[in-house]
Amino acid sequence: MRTAVGAALVALFLLPEEARAHLVTTGLGPVYDGISHFALTPEDLLPVLALALLAGLSGPRYGRVALFALPVAWLAGGLLGLSRSSELLMPALTALTLLALGALVALDRKLPLGLVAGLAAALGLFHGYLNGTAKLGALGLCGVAATLFVLVALVAAFVISLRAPWSRIAVRVAGSWLVAISMLMLGWRFRAGG
Amino acid sequence: MPRLPALLIAAAHIQPGEAAGFLTGLLHPISGLDHVLAMIAVGVWGAQLGPPAVWLLPVTFPMVMAFGGTVGLMGVALPGVEVGIAISALVLGVLVLAEARPPLAVAVLLVGFFAIFHGHAHGTELPQGQSGLLYSIGFVVATGCLHALGIALGLIHRWSSGRVALRAAGAMVALAGLGFLVRALA
Repeated sequence: MRTAVGAALVALFLLPEEARAHLVTTGLGPVYDGISHFALTPEDLLPVLALALLAGLSGPRYGRVALFALPVAWLAGGLLGLSRSSELLMPALTALTLLALGALVALDRKLPLGLVAGLAAALGLFHGYLNGTAKLGALGLCGVAATLFVLVALVAAFVISLRAPWSRIAVRVAGSWLVAISMLMLGWRFRAGG
Repeated sequence: MPRLPALLIAAAHIQPGEAAGFLTGLLHPISGLDHVLAMIAVGVWGAQLGPPAVWLLPVTFPMVMAFGGTVGLMGVALPGVEVGIAISALVLGVLVLAEARPPLAVAVLLVGFFAIFHGHAHGTELPQGQSGLLYSIGFVVATGCLHALGIALGLIHRWSSGRVALRAAGAMVALAGLGFLVRALA
């Protein structure tokens, strides 16, 4: 029974699906494709924002770790994914990633530094790998990594700089919105007749 | 050895309907007065209750609403959705009118319970062929903004005349909820 339930969960969440639409090109070359990637791919942008919010809420040390761990892991995952012959999408797993990160932001609990670093590395490896399979290219991945660095630096630093009590609550509310979005993403994934 | 059966080649590198998806999602929660009044009332009631309810209620509502929306998207039937939505406006209006102060857990459970009906209705009404993610972003942002509007309106609670105005607004929401209920039951 447990095996059957486990197999069903794998089928629901882990199996990839046909890539109907993923990578958008700007026509300005691979580096700019990478730089603009997050503006055109919200399924990658939202988990990054969630992680940056989480790192910012946790403090400067966490922000510094996320700042370097995420781009490096993203780049490594992307380079691994480049060797794949076909594009891979895992929308349910992407939604679950966002769900977990959004929930951590909303809960605002003190987390071990290693856990946040591990989350950043896992997120980077997973999404970078998916980008790699989408043939973003090595230069494109460099553009992505550079944008990630700037994005995480800006968002985490902004959250760290917040002093008013209500502003911390606003960040937690944003986390709850990310949870809600991720749940709707899951709903779309398993939409009846969809 | 063949790869996993669902692993297929990329069909297209385009993302159709994204703006329509976001805008449709943004407009959907404000397309029905019953939804709008209930969501603003949640914010107003939270402001009346003060911290931590002022942020806990608007945090609870979108998350549980999204759960309801997910259930609706998956095709799970929920009886009496329109009646539930109408009752939510009626009850929330009465709570604002009475400046009710139940225990925090009760307030959260009540708001969460109503959010399921709102979410389910939205989930079953979502149009086919939209960008699911952008639709969801627009949908959640619009819902959150309605709560924020309610909280902003509720800030007048600090003045005695503001408290009276809020209670009057609660009475109007309750009356509108009663009208929605009559229509749903007709």
